[in-house]
Amino acid sequence: MMNPLKTLSRREKLGLLLIAGTLLVLPFMLATVGTAWVRITNFAVLFVLLSLGLNIVVGFAGLLDLGYIAFFAVGAYVYGLLASPHFGIHLPFWVILPIGAAVAGLAGAILGAPTLRLRGDYLAIVTLGFGEIVRIFMNNLSNPINLTNGPKGINRIDHFQIGNVNFAGTDTFFGLNFSGPIKYYYFLLVVLMAVIIINRRLKHSRIGRAWVAIREDEVAAKAAGINTRNIKLLAFSMGATFGGVAGGMFAAIQGFVSPESFILNESIMVLAMVVLGGMGNIWGVIAGAVLLSFMPEVLRYTVEPVQHALFGKMLIDPEVLRMLIFGFALVLTMRFRPAGLWPEALHRREMTENRT
Amino acid sequence: MSEVLLEARNIGKRFGGVQALKDVSLTIRPREIYGLIGPNGAGKTTLFNVFTGLYPRDGGEVLLNGKPLSLESPHTVAAAGIARTFQNIRLFNNMTAIENVMVGRHVRTKAGVFGAILHTRAERAEEAAIRRRAEELLHYVGIADRAHSLARHLSYGDQRRLEIARALATDPILLALDEPAAGMNATETVALRALIEGLRNDGLTVLLIEHDVKLVMGLCDRVAVLEYGQKIAEDVPEVVRANPKVIEAYLGTSAH
Amino acid sequence: MDILLQQIINGLTTGSVYAVVALGYTMVYGVIQLINFAHGEVVMIGAMVAFTIITALAGTAMPPTFIVLAGVLAAIPVCMGIGYSLERIAYRPLRHAPRLAPLITAIGMSIILQHIALLIWGRNPLAFPQIIDNPSFNIGGAAISGVQIAIIMLSLLMMGGLSWFVYRTRFGIAIRATAENVHVAGLMGINADRVIAATFVIGAGLGAVAGVMFGTYYGIAHYTMGFTLGLKAFSAAVLGGIGNLPGAMVGGILLGLVEALGSGYIGDLTNLCHWPGATSWMGERCANGADFVVFGSNYQDVFAFLMLILVLVFRPSGLLGERVSERA
Repeated sequence: MMNPLKTLSRREKLGLLLIAGTLLVLPFMLATVGTAWVRITNFAVLFVLLSLGLNIVVGFAGLLDLGYIAFFAVGAYVYGLLASPHFGIHLPFWVILPIGAAVAGLAGAILGAPTLRLRGDYLAIVTLGFGEIVRIFMNNLSNPINLTNGPKGINRIDHFQIGNVNFAGTDTFFGLNFSGPIKYYYFLLVVLMAVIIINRRLKHSRIGRAWVAIREDEVAAKAAGINTRNIKLLAFSMGATFGGVAGGMFAAIQGFVSPESFILNESIMVLAMVVLGGMGNIWGVIAGAVLLSFMPEVLRYTVEPVQHALFGKMLIDPEVLRMLIFGFALVLTMRFRPAGLWPEALHRREMTENRT
Repeated sequence: MSEVLLEARNIGKRFGGVQALKDVSLTIRPREIYGLIGPNGAGKTTLFNVFTGLYPRDGGEVLLNGKPLSLESPHTVAAAGIARTFQNIRLFNNMTAIENVMVGRHVRTKAGVFGAILHTRAERAEEAAIRRRAEELLHYVGIADRAHSLARHLSYGDQRRLEIARALATDPILLALDEPAAGMNATETVALRALIEGLRNDGLTVLLIEHDVKLVMGLCDRVAVLEYGQKIAEDVPEVVRANPKVIEAYLGTSAH
Repeated sequence: MDILLQQIINGLTTGSVYAVVALGYTMVYGVIQLINFAHGEVVMIGAMVAFTIITALAGTAMPPTFIVLAGVLAAIPVCMGIGYSLERIAYRPLRHAPRLAPLITAIGMSIILQHIALLIWGRNPLAFPQIIDNPSFNIGGAAISGVQIAIIMLSLLMMGGLSWFVYRTRFGIAIRATAENVHVAGLMGINADRVIAATFVIGAGLGAVAGVMFGTYYGIAHYTMGFTLGLKAFSAAVLGGIGNLPGAMVGGILLGLVEALGSGYIGDLTNLCHWPGATSWMGERCANGADFVVFGSNYQDVFAFLMLILVLVFRPSGLLGERVSERA
């Protein structure tokens, strides 16, 4: 397992190359259809990041966190507050993103601490409550001192800026027009690669094994010498850190943040992505996240016209349909494919992962 | 070094109104196989769980190598050098055999999140050492060929061995086995007996709870008998076997 | 007007609704150790069904009490049906699956029910039609309305009825035996499947009435009302000791009181200008009788969650619970 590429067959290497090539030219292909699709792709990548973060908590460590979106919110608000006219502070993104990640990570540890002794189902409901508390605070911390600007949220958030290149406008490099969303796309792609590598390394590390051991049997993990309290806190904290980074980028890409972006349904959506893809399996989770982020958009462009054509009016709002799909994804996956649509190819791993 | 490895003094434990353990004291000497027997419900597993930090005790103390042992939490007990197995095997079922053993190395290694993320030289070296040690241990208990099978795919006997390998991975000075022969057939029991004797010959001290009195009497250097949460005998097997209280406890016949 | 007494009355009202909803959570949890996340949505659907019937009949000449009763009587079987189907279709197949599976299913069912309600009733809240006049009585300087009296009485009646059922009837004994140990109960000839289904059905029936009461009290029913109500009722169940029927009742009422008193007084308590010596460090912010309220009554919903967390951290078995909520 020293070099992951070494263990791949020729065909797999070819496949990887193909994927890499597609990912590199994707935004320009999408831009020909419409810039909206580049934006949609960017949000999909954000959700992949979120899913990979939640995957550490739910997939690796087996801790059902239903308030995960709160850490996304923390990252987004940290970015919004430190790069907008709200306080008149305009720090560069490479300063704020680490701050946001750290604050979210800390929040994860603080929120995680009181829940550590709890059994799985209690944990779920407490994290759900925490998520709500964070949202209530975002909504109300506009009085008496205006911290969050209440339900209106924070507007006119700064775009990323690297040197002279501002992510708001269009630049031309090598004769190609890089619009704002396209620049964000490449930035997100780099972050995504980093997050995937980090996830993989964590998974195959001493800490990652401890997480899975806790998920499999907490008592046995303790008896085998694992300080389950610390290791669980670490899972919360790591997951939250990823959420914080994603939140910061979300704030910059969207240009505004408000509490309504961070409702429970969003936590459920991320959970559905993790569960559908296959808890614990990095590639499965990515696939689940991509599928569930694009599906609603595809539906938006198909369900409406189809319904108008069939019934002459809208019967099912695509937004409702979206949530129904997430609900059914959770229920049906648990019932029929509890390991997810793309379960870990354990047998293949058993075969390929031989000696170091 | 003292001639006593582990000394338990007046251990007490009650569940609600039930006194599960009452003033149990025992001493385990280095490099011996110490058996703990008793009828069902005598408190053997409870005592085990107290020793290994799983249950908080109500009274008494445990000394390991003459120093008080913190029974606060199972992982501190493991760090102090007591490793255990469970009566109803508890493995990490969806991890491979070798991964199960690697988890056992956790308490003796130290790479953290940053080491893992940065994949530092130290982390890679430690990781390689963990894997090497795990392979050795799998070989030692005799299931090296199953290293990459999922724990749940192993046979019952192999699962027992894997659990012992995982316990050994924590570098224990005392290995506590909770009814390791339960559910085993005669051949498996013989092999298990050889394994336990081998462990002792390699310098380990073994605490054994067992239902199979024949196995205990044949294998152990000394034996303690629990009945209704109290120790009624502690001596070499021949003496214990002849103890009328023990006979009464096991046969239920009244010797009065 | 006596604010303290008024808050107590209001707290008792919402608290008794929480208690009735909490019974649904606690019964199911007691028997199969599952948090039925979808219970809050069942309660919501009860309110929506009843409001639909009540609105439809509001124009007729029928007596108002009859109309409300018709609404409740329509809601109960609908909710019982949903409760039964939930158990049958979603949870039963997962009874031997790892713990996370039924929990995730429960969350999924909750989302599904909520959005089906959205499809049926739309995004706008249903209003309770003006068919009953709601007299107000004065007791000790505080007002208590007819609806409040009805809610408290009806809740007490249901709690009493359920207690009688569980502690005094044969089937109740079967429920308690199953809660104690499913396998042993099975050996004693108790049909565990029937008992488990029954707890879902009974809980849903109680929930239906609770939903109508809650909606009537606030005058509206909305497809999102089940979420917060459910979360609070679950907190109440944990507060009292989950799995414990009297616990759910006490927990619900206590939570209602804490919430009412908390939101009633938090504004005053966190008004820094009212703190001793405030003028020295708050300066002109407090000049001319100005206020500086850090946390106002809009934090009302936080109390339930804070209480839930505090209970879980300091007394996980709840106020009346004896069972330890952690597995060894």
